[in-house]
Amino acid sequence: MTEIPNVLELRGITKRFPGVLALDDVSLTIRRGSVHALMGENGAGKSTLMKCLFGIYRPDAGTIVLDGKPVEFSNSKQAIDSGISMIHQELHPILHRSVMENLWLGRYPTYGVGPLQFVDHKKMRLDTLQLFKELQLELDPDIWLTNLSVSKIQSLEIAKAVSYNSKVIIMDEPTSSLSEAEVAHLFRVIKKLKADGVAVIYISHKMEEILQIADEVTIMRDGRRVGTYPAHELSTNSIIKLMVGRDLTNRFPQRSSVPGEVLMRVENFSSPNPKSFQGVSFDLRRGEILGVSGLVGAQRTELMEAIFGIRPIDQGTITLKGQRKKINHPYDAKKNKMALLTEERRATGIFPILSVSDNTLIARWERYVNSLGVLDLKKGEEDVQTSIQSLRIKTPSSRTPIQDLSGGNQQKVVFSRWLMTEPDILILDEPTRGIDVGAKFEIYTLIIELAKRGKGIIMISSELPEILGMSDRVIVMCEGRLSGDIPGEEATQELIMQLSTKFATMGDMNDAH
Amino acid sequence: MTPTNVKLQGRVLGKSFKTFAHKQAMLFVLAALILVTGFVQPSFLEVSNLINVLMISSVYVILALGEGPILLTKGVDLSAGRVVGLTACIAASMLQRVDYASKVFPDLPAMPLWAPILFAIIAGIVIGLLNGAIVAYIKVPPFITTLGTMVIVYGMTSLYVDRPPHGATPIGGLRDDFTMISNGAFDISGDLRLPYIVLIAVVVTIVMWVMLNLTRTGKNIYAIGANPEAATVSGVNVSRTLITVYVIAGALYGLAGSLQAARQGSATNNLGFTWELDAIAACVIGGVSTSGGIGTIGGIVTGVLILTFLNNALIILGVSVYWQQIFKGLIIITAVAIDIRKHLKRR
Repeated sequence: MTEIPNVLELRGITKRFPGVLALDDVSLTIRRGSVHALMGENGAGKSTLMKCLFGIYRPDAGTIVLDGKPVEFSNSKQAIDSGISMIHQELHPILHRSVMENLWLGRYPTYGVGPLQFVDHKKMRLDTLQLFKELQLELDPDIWLTNLSVSKIQSLEIAKAVSYNSKVIIMDEPTSSLSEAEVAHLFRVIKKLKADGVAVIYISHKMEEILQIADEVTIMRDGRRVGTYPAHELSTNSIIKLMVGRDLTNRFPQRSSVPGEVLMRVENFSSPNPKSFQGVSFDLRRGEILGVSGLVGAQRTELMEAIFGIRPIDQGTITLKGQRKKINHPYDAKKNKMALLTEERRATGIFPILSVSDNTLIARWERYVNSLGVLDLKKGEEDVQTSIQSLRIKTPSSRTPIQDLSGGNQQKVVFSRWLMTEPDILILDEPTRGIDVGAKFEIYTLIIELAKRGKGIIMISSELPEILGMSDRVIVMCEGRLSGDIPGEEATQELIMQLSTKFATMGDMNDAH
Repeated sequence: MTPTNVKLQGRVLGKSFKTFAHKQAMLFVLAALILVTGFVQPSFLEVSNLINVLMISSVYVILALGEGPILLTKGVDLSAGRVVGLTACIAASMLQRVDYASKVFPDLPAMPLWAPILFAIIAGIVIGLLNGAIVAYIKVPPFITTLGTMVIVYGMTSLYVDRPPHGATPIGGLRDDFTMISNGAFDISGDLRLPYIVLIAVVVTIVMWVMLNLTRTGKNIYAIGANPEAATVSGVNVSRTLITVYVIAGALYGLAGSLQAARQGSATNNLGFTWELDAIAACVIGGVSTSGGIGTIGGIVTGVLILTFLNNALIILGVSVYWQQIFKGLIIITAVAIDIRKHLKRR
């Protein structure tokens, strides 16, 4: 029997989201029994590509060839049945169930007659022990997941992916919460899988891991494949160059801000959670756009939410215009003229069923209380109309529920909500996420205009070009710590990328509890 | 006008009528209910009967206007009925005739009318404060919190009522000036009267409408129901708003309890049993979403009127009490089914 050397081929995969070309004609060839690393910046399209392969997204164009046969998956179950399994970046364990119930979920062994089927716990336990023995994993099949550390759950997730006896296993950031010993163990498992002819697609930001375990490396950028290289020909530096190598064209408006005096000083901010932000200090000046860069999981959002009073802190101080302030709740922050546009617009930004009007005025109703003690709705409505016009918000009327607007227009409404409060400091967490290109430019223009008016702006962004194109100064975070604070003109993609991974050496995280 | 124009305009008109009909569906149901029953049994439409139904509705309107805003915040208040019972007993116990034989407080001097009613309202506020604080600060789900206080309040009411010298007997012999509040009326002409209790319900309705539509608290209630996380991030004081909502509800239950004691002329520890379910049903029939953020005062009042008119219609038509229960259940499910379809379409 002749085996085809390439177990999997992706040919010309293209995927379009509203306003974004997420994948542009991407091809990938995976050899049997090899480890193929997939690298690229946040938003380069790695996860989207894998979701297309795994049947979560349906590609707009292109073919997937598995074992020489073209296949088409409309859900993940079909992908699993055809021999592809995946360890997801975000785990979805059922915490209040046992290890083995999580492992065999949806495919419990049963016994019984006809339609009367009972779960065969005995067989399930034996199968589990057998699998764990093969993988040299020491775990009690009957223990609840609530009793396991994050890293043990991650190991269980890996075991689950292996248990499908797949031809291809996709591992999306599998080591993000593993200890050093567990990473070494995972690598032994991967080597065993390789020996059995299984192909592994390995996604990670950790260069050393890639160089150690991968046979081939494919680099992606802006939804396109840059190239595929043998791992032994690459170095950390050459990978970074390939990942970020692009010109900055005119995607950003001109800016000419001259930062003034210090508006806010954050000192030694530490979370009670030792794995979150620790000992972070920085300044924000009047009229300054401060970019905050870092990889996913660098705890940037957590830090900003703590500054805004949403999360508790263990220690740390905030000084606003020279005065020490205590901010324990968002309304303290609001009183101190701070504003926060959250990262998850749907979850924590908009009130989907409420009107554009109500969404705009919610943070500023106190301004409209008249002498009778009730709200002057007419005056509020006038201000809403003004902001709809000045921010060019496209909506049929101010009474339309905000959920009927496009992402960009929703974001503009949230912006106008905070502009109503006349803040001095605006914290923008991924302000252009999920927004089409045209609307992005308008948001950038707005941000620059606000800085020109003397507001201090903190902008978290996972898109390096955005950070470089917009920031007067850039701070970089890595694993909860500040790893760099550089003037905008000195910032380069390579430098930021290096700072983003400064502390992210292999397995430097301790076992989570 | 060209034919296409006419057609287009017709379609626009048709569409706006359709959205109007959708929005006011329950008002149509109420009108249909009244007209059909009146057609079958003309005595239903007699002025005296209609006024009677409005009087029955009044206590429920006040009760539902307390429960409704809690539902708007994604909460629920199961203690409502028991608080009505407690406050009814408090008001009644202090407003017995001086010469009544078995007084709860034999030595209590005659009080001004407003004082016991105020005590009842304060008792309601205290329970509301307790509910609100537990929900807002300890973050026990409203369902569980008010399930607990529901049982606690019943125990408290029983302790209050069942004691020497008379034990657990109904608190009767209420003063005439007290019972007049719920049974008296301004005469207008002939059968047409404006009962005081209806007037009180109308005033409460107006006050609650203003609260919900024209105050920051009202805007915050809708925001919390629509997205509590976004409300927190926007600097809304969620805890304070929640406590306010439960306290307002408690005050309204206290008022409702006093009015109900006056209406019946007596009170027992079992007064108000399962009334919270009627209040929730009325709100839901009136278009209040149990997942929060959607609902209006007009809807809540309509919901109450549908339930009481339906009840009265079935009685007048001679339908058995058991069938009344079955109809009531069916209309609750039907109303929500219609409402959900309305929102499903939006997606």
